[in-house]
Amino acid sequence: MRELLASPLFGVVLTLLTYQLAELLYRRTRFILFNPVAVSIVSIILLLKLCDIPYQNFNSGGRMILFLLGPSVVALAVPLYQRRQEILKRKLPILIGIVAGAISSIISAAGIAWLLGGGQGVVLSLVPKSVTTPIAIGISEKIGGIVPLTAALVVLTGCLGAICGPEFCRLIGIRSKAAMGLAVGTASHGIGTARMLGEDRFAGAIAGLAIGLNGLATALLVPLLWLLFG
Amino acid sequence: MLQGMVLLLLFQFLGEGISRFLALPIPGNVIGMALLLAALSAGWVKSEWLQEAAELLLSYMAMFFVPAGVGVMLYFDLIGREWLPIIAGTVISTFVVMAVTGWSENLLDKHEES
Repeated sequence: MRELLASPLFGVVLTLLTYQLAELLYRRTRFILFNPVAVSIVSIILLLKLCDIPYQNFNSGGRMILFLLGPSVVALAVPLYQRRQEILKRKLPILIGIVAGAISSIISAAGIAWLLGGGQGVVLSLVPKSVTTPIAIGISEKIGGIVPLTAALVVLTGCLGAICGPEFCRLIGIRSKAAMGLAVGTASHGIGTARMLGEDRFAGAIAGLAIGLNGLATALLVPLLWLLFG
Repeated sequence: MLQGMVLLLLFQFLGEGISRFLALPIPGNVIGMALLLAALSAGWVKSEWLQEAAELLLSYMAMFFVPAGVGVMLYFDLIGREWLPIIAGTVISTFVVMAVTGWSENLLDKHEES
């Protein structure tokens, strides 16, 4: 049993099975809190904790699933290319939307945490929370954040946008696919993008574009804001 | 299918290489996406070659994040210690970003939805 749990097969099967069940649950209920990614994460954590299985056992297989994220991000180039005319028509609104989002993300995340009495390490860890994990980790490291905390908050931010991003957008009057995709992609990077891909391929492609551009914008803006207010 | 997968991984590999070689702060897969977009625009790569593999990966992209999310369990103590500024900052800021970005795009975008 112990050997079987240590094999990568355990993490792979557990992830695939849990996700499939979580997706079935979502399709049956259409209840937004039952977002398949969030439900899968919570269920697997509960299972590992209850059965006292170390995270390392899960992760030897988890890593294999995570590996597929790389080519998936590259694959976002395909819908972007196919819808390039509609995207190029809106290049200015898209760029300005992303830069405005990046600035508001840095200031609001750090500002709120600071106002509520967060320590310096915590405040700095929140700065890159809307950026895709590899870029967020790089930024957090550079400015003196707590890197694992940043990684955890990036996932939390992503799940939040995936759970209720499109619903929140409609609530505040954002209805066009372009604006919605951009908003969810800028705020909630890849996890938000995955949800948008399920809603609409064009919105998903714009969200995918926002992952890269918001990462770039935040990486460039943080040192700049640091100079101004640091 | 295999052809598409090979191309995607090849572009990711190129992207990772450039990211590391030039010590860029941008991850290799994002550079790979930009390179592939450039190759498609230049006509060096045809989108039909990638269609099947891209469609498959993008349909399941959400699932690929699950193992990363499970990793949060390692940091429960850290989050628990200063949970209020951490959770409030993250949650409120996420909604602020969606509103600011969505409204900016809406305001500036004069094109009809197609």
